[in-house]
Amino acid sequence: MAMELVKEKWLNAINKVTIGSTAEEGGSRTKVVTLGGEETLPFLHAEGALPYKPVIAYEVWDTPARDWPEGLSSVYGKVLNEPFAWAKICVEEYKAELLCVRLVGAHPDVENRSVEEEADFIEKIRKSCGVPLIVVGCGDTTKDNALLPVCSQVLKGEHCLIGSVTQDNYKTITASCLADGHNIIAESPIDVNIAKQLNILISDMGMPLERIVIDPTVGALGYGFEYAYSIMERSRLAALAGDKMLAMPFICFVGQESWRAKEARTAEDQHPEWGAVLERGIIWEAVTAAGFLQAGADILVMRHPKAVEIVQKNIEELMGK
Amino acid sequence: MFIIGELINGMYKEAGRAIREKDKSVIQRLAKRQKEAGADALDLNCGPVSKDPVLDMRWLIETVQEVVDMPLSLDSTKANVIEEGLKLVKNKAIINSTSADSEKLEILVPLAIKYNASLIGLTLDKNGVPQDKDRRLELAARIVADCQEKGFPVENLYIDPVVLPVNVAQNQAGLVLEVLKEFKIISTPAPKTIVGLSNISQGTTKRRLINRTFLSMAIAADLDAAILDPLDEELMNTLITSELILNKQIYCDSYLDAYRKR
Repeated sequence: MAMELVKEKWLNAINKVTIGSTAEEGGSRTKVVTLGGEETLPFLHAEGALPYKPVIAYEVWDTPARDWPEGLSSVYGKVLNEPFAWAKICVEEYKAELLCVRLVGAHPDVENRSVEEEADFIEKIRKSCGVPLIVVGCGDTTKDNALLPVCSQVLKGEHCLIGSVTQDNYKTITASCLADGHNIIAESPIDVNIAKQLNILISDMGMPLERIVIDPTVGALGYGFEYAYSIMERSRLAALAGDKMLAMPFICFVGQESWRAKEARTAEDQHPEWGAVLERGIIWEAVTAAGFLQAGADILVMRHPKAVEIVQKNIEELMGK
Repeated sequence: MFIIGELINGMYKEAGRAIREKDKSVIQRLAKRQKEAGADALDLNCGPVSKDPVLDMRWLIETVQEVVDMPLSLDSTKANVIEEGLKLVKNKAIINSTSADSEKLEILVPLAIKYNASLIGLTLDKNGVPQDKDRRLELAARIVADCQEKGFPVENLYIDPVVLPVNVAQNQAGLVLEVLKEFKIISTPAPKTIVGLSNISQGTTKRRLINRTFLSMAIAADLDAAILDPLDEELMNTLITSELILNKQIYCDSYLDAYRKR
């Protein structure tokens, strides 16, 4: 007798979130990206529908990415100093489906750019590329609370994904995203209880659950990867079992974490046995991303085009295409 | 936890008067409020003094269905009242209830199959409510066996160990809690378990406290469903917290709100 696989029946599905809006819908994007909608755990196609594939977003900064290690910066070359050219390469050459624009330059410790400068920059990005946008602040709470509402307004109607909000700082940015029709990133510190609490707080302000994406805060391979994985898994299991306050897609900032790992940065003469530094970083980023795909990641924010290529192929295989 | 709201019952003063006078607004308000408070299904009972229970049950079902779309538990000792009701229920129906007597099972199990309804089976028979655990288990096994024989899916069967008032039969409550777990080993898949909660506090002066204390103990003993008053907020908070402690939902500071927003 053939052995039959035990199939789990879930009560709930992950919310579908759409990023971007075309001219017909009041925006100016050339296409939109939909994610989420999973009816079961990652890639168990026999158990339930997995209507949308995980999407990779390329990271673009408003300011030169000076601390990027050579293995990463060498691939972009001079465009790392020119955000619009950088965005253009990601979209045209690397075929990015999503761009994740980080307003690092606004941070008081970086360039302390003014809100007006950043608003102008965002407007130019909006006009120069047609892919749906993720916009992430500089990480300084006070500055982001001034900055992101203005960016939200500039991008009104574009149905972006804007972030991040945290349990201690969510009201101002949520109100703006709500008013301007954007989705929001809810960030929690590798803590499923806080992730759930934050979703409740945001939804209490009137934000539909279908416009929230969870940033569970991840660590790279060797730097807390398993911890983040288990939190995502627990959250996803609860969501599928019926917990609507956790039924959101995940965004994982894989590039930022992977390229911080010493394995991705250390020069060859220090650790010759580790192999070529140019390959190490790529592999570190690709393997970290591939791991989080198995934990349920819906958006992977990545940096190196070669790593993206590897993970893209992995996604296609896992989605059975 | 599957919650069946108990308030639409002719035994209660307000509902009793509404049924007699066919006052839809009272019944419809009770239906909506119980649903909002977290009821998954509503129990409908015409009450002991109904002169025409078939008519009253039909009226209750139609009245309730005008304002809510949810499972309805048809609560009557008369098979014809239940069958006439089953014909009208649009959402899922629950038959409340059969005993372990074969005369009852012969009629009600086929009805449950015909109308794709769930069935509540009380562990009592003509000899009354058992005073010990083994007899309750034996009657439960008899109901399960009968369902299996007739082809009724046991996962749609709810076994009720019959809770007795704590001031009358104080030794029974502990036995009921023990036997709830044992019902689960009668068959695979196991039958579900249910209690009519308010019985535990009948005639006492601390009804709400006794109800919620017993409920949390029963939830710890794997209880699947309860017929209760969902408008008792402390009772509902206790239920939600009990499930939280058993890791059935993920903690967050607003877990009470989170449960209510399901």
